[in-house]
Amino acid sequence: MPELVIRGGTLVDQHGSRAGDVLVAEDGTVQAVGEGLRGAIEIDATGCVVTPGFVDLHTHLREPGKEEAETVESGSRSAVAGGYTCVLAMPNTTPTIDCASVVRDVQELGRRALCDVEVSAAITVDRAGEQLTPMAELAELGVRWFTDDGTGVQDDHLMRLAMEYSLPLGVVLAQHAENSALSAGGVMHEGAVSSRLGLPGQPAEAEELMVMRDIALARLTGARVHVMHVSTAGAIAMIRAARAGGIPITAEVTPHHLALTDECCSDYDAVFKVHPPLRTSGDVDACRIGLGDGTLDCIATDHAPHTPETKDLPFDEAPPGMIGLETAFSVAWTELDLPLETVLDRLSWTPARLLGAEDHGVIEAGRRANLTVIDTEASWTVDPMEAVSRSRNTPFAGRELRGRVIHTVADGELVFHDGEATR
Amino acid sequence: MSRTQAARRADEQANDVDGVSEQTADAPPTTARPRHLLSIGELGADGLRTLLKLTDTFVEVGQREIPRVPALRGKTVVSMFFEDSTRTRMSFDTAAKRLSADVMSFAAGSSSLKKGESLRDTVETILAMGVDAMVVRHRSSGAPWQVARWCDDADLDRPVSVLNGGDGWHQHPTQALLDCYSLLERRGRQVGETPDLSGVKVAIVGDIRHSRVARSDIEAFTLLGGEVTLVAPPTLLPPSLVGWPVRVSHDLDATLAEVDVVYLLRLQRERMEAGLLPSLREYTAHYGLTAARARRLGDGVTVMHPGPMNRGLEIADDATRHVGSIVTDQVRNGVATRMAVLFWLLGGQIDA
Repeated sequence: MPELVIRGGTLVDQHGSRAGDVLVAEDGTVQAVGEGLRGAIEIDATGCVVTPGFVDLHTHLREPGKEEAETVESGSRSAVAGGYTCVLAMPNTTPTIDCASVVRDVQELGRRALCDVEVSAAITVDRAGEQLTPMAELAELGVRWFTDDGTGVQDDHLMRLAMEYSLPLGVVLAQHAENSALSAGGVMHEGAVSSRLGLPGQPAEAEELMVMRDIALARLTGARVHVMHVSTAGAIAMIRAARAGGIPITAEVTPHHLALTDECCSDYDAVFKVHPPLRTSGDVDACRIGLGDGTLDCIATDHAPHTPETKDLPFDEAPPGMIGLETAFSVAWTELDLPLETVLDRLSWTPARLLGAEDHGVIEAGRRANLTVIDTEASWTVDPMEAVSRSRNTPFAGRELRGRVIHTVADGELVFHDGEATR
Repeated sequence: MSRTQAARRADEQANDVDGVSEQTADAPPTTARPRHLLSIGELGADGLRTLLKLTDTFVEVGQREIPRVPALRGKTVVSMFFEDSTRTRMSFDTAAKRLSADVMSFAAGSSSLKKGESLRDTVETILAMGVDAMVVRHRSSGAPWQVARWCDDADLDRPVSVLNGGDGWHQHPTQALLDCYSLLERRGRQVGETPDLSGVKVAIVGDIRHSRVARSDIEAFTLLGGEVTLVAPPTLLPPSLVGWPVRVSHDLDATLAEVDVVYLLRLQRERMEAGLLPSLREYTAHYGLTAARARRLGDGVTVMHPGPMNRGLEIADDATRHVGSIVTDQVRNGVATRMAVLFWLLGGQIDA
C-alpha cells in the first residue's frame, strides 16, 4: 500500500484535541503525527475530525448459518461505513461458535474482511446453558470474550463455575442479562404500551434480576463480568452501586436504547422488535445519564441483520434485532447531549481497552493505523435501501442525523473513502 | 373508475333500495368515512355513533322477507381467517351476501400458508385478484395493521378496505359495535336516536389481559358515556392499566350490586395450564356468574357474553336464561352491524 497522509483535520483521541496530520507508512503503521506531512496519497480532512477507529463489542455477522442476512465480509463492509475498524463477532451462529474449529473458521473469514474481526465464543456448549465450552483452549486461539448472547446463562451454579473457571484465563464473561422464566413469551417491553397493544411483554425486572445475580456472583468469584445491552434504569442503578463498591463490572448500551422507546412499537412494525426490548422514556434517560457518567462504559451496536421477509412477519413472529453499525456514531452524536470527546471515548478507546484490542483506540507513531474521519456537521437522512449491510432492518429509517463518517482506514488500508468502500 | 365515481355509483345503488336511502339520509354522517376499520379508538365517538345509526337500517333489512339489498353489487369481499372462528366468519359472510357483494373465503388451514407462504405474499396474491375489502382475523396482535399498510402501499386501481375481524389480544371492533348496539337496544333506544350510554355502569368480568373483546368494548362503552369496571384476578389483568378509563375490582359480588350491565368474557382453559389460575373451580367461585349470583341479580341488569360460552365456567347454565341476558341479540345484531360497516367503508354512505 502506498504512503497515505490524512491532512488538515482535527485529531481527537484520549489525549484531547489538536490540529495535525497523520502519515501512514507503506506497511500500515502510523509513521508520524504532526503538521505539514506529505504522502503519495493525500486525504484532505480540513474541517473534519480524525479519530481512532471505532470498536464494536457486539456485532452479529451471521456467518456461518445465516449468510442471506449478513456475512463476515458484508458485515465488515457495513462496519467500516460506520467508522468501525474492529468488530467483535457474536457466537450465536449456526453452528454456534463454541469449539476450536468454528473459532478458526470465523477467524479465517475475518482475515479477508475490511476491518479487524475479533471472535467471541459461547460460555456454554451450543448456548444451551448446560456445559461449559473449552474456554482455555479457545482463549489460546485468541478468544477474549465469552457470551451466550441471545440468551443469558440461566443456571446460577453454572454461571458461578464459568466465572471461576475464567479467572486464570484473563477473559471477560459478557452476559445477555435476561431471566428467561420471567421474560418468556414477551415480544416487547412490558408496560402501558404493551398492555394497550395487546402484545405479551418482558418486564424490566427480567433484565434486572440477572444483573443483580451476576453482581453477586462477580463479588463472590472476582471474575471480569460485562453486562451487554443494558436497557433499564434499575439495572443501571445496580451497576453504578456495584462499581462504587469495588466490583469490576463493566457495561455497554446500544444506540437504539439511547434513542428509542417502546412507543415505536405502536404500529406493529417488527423493525422495532429487539431484545432487550425498547423501554420507556425514563429508561432512555437513565441510559443517557449512565453513558455520560461512565456507568455504562461504551456504546455497542448489537448489529443484528435480518432479511426483509422475516421482518415482514407479524410482530410476535418476527425475529428480534436491528442493524446499527452504519448509524451508531450519527445517532449518538445527534441524540446525546455529550461532548464529542465523550461520544468518541464511548465508541473507540474505551471499548478497545475493554477488549484488549491494542492496535485500536489510539493514534500514535509505531502503532497500526486504525482511523476514522468524520464530518461532524454533515446532515443526512437514513435510507434503508442504501444500507451497506446485506440487511436493511434499521429502526432509524427516514431520520435526519447529524455527523457522518466519510473515510475509514483499517489496519493501514483506506477501506472506506468518500462514502464508498474501496473493495 | 375513480374513487368518487365508485362511491357515487354505490350511492345510486343504495338509493335503489327501498328504505335504505331514506333512513340513512336521516342519519347523515358526522365524520369522514375512513378507509379501514381497525380499532374502536381510530373510529372515534363520531364514527361509532354513525355506524350504530347506520345499523338501524340493516336491522330493518334483516327483518324483510328477502333480507338482501343490492348496495354492494359488484364489490368483492374476502374473508381471511388465519385463526379458527366460525361465528365471526359466518356473520361477516352473511353480511356481505345480504349486501349482494361477492364473497371469497381464505382459510389458513387449507391454504398455502401451510406450504410456507408468508402473510404478505398471501395478501398480495389476493390483492392481485382484485378485491374491495379484506376481513382479517389473525392470532397475532397488529396483523390487520400490517395488512392495511401493504394494501395502502400496493399499486392498485382502487383502494382496498381492511376490516379487523379480531387480532390477537388487541381489538375486535365489530364485536364492540354489535355489543353497543345490542345494549342500546335493550335499554330502549329507538331507531334513529343518537346512541348514548351516559351513566350506564358496566362490569367486564374475566380474562381482560388476553381479550381483544375487552379492549374494544372498554373503548366503545366509554366513548358512548358508559362507566366500566373490570373484575378479574390480577393475573388476568393487563400488566399496566395506565391510560385505561376503568375502575378495577376483585370483588364480583360487590360490583354486581352496583352495575347495570355484566359482561362475562370467555375463559380459555389454557390460562389455568399456564399457571395464571390455581383452578377453574376457584375461578368460577370468585369470578363466575353462578346460578346463585344470577338469582341475586336484579331483573334490570343486562347480561352479555361474546360467545362461545363455557357453560358452568364463567357463566352457569341458569344464568344464561336470566331475563336480562341478551346473548342471542348480540349474535343477531352482528350481521346488521357488519352490513353497516361494509356498506359505509365500501362507498355505500350517502354523501349528500
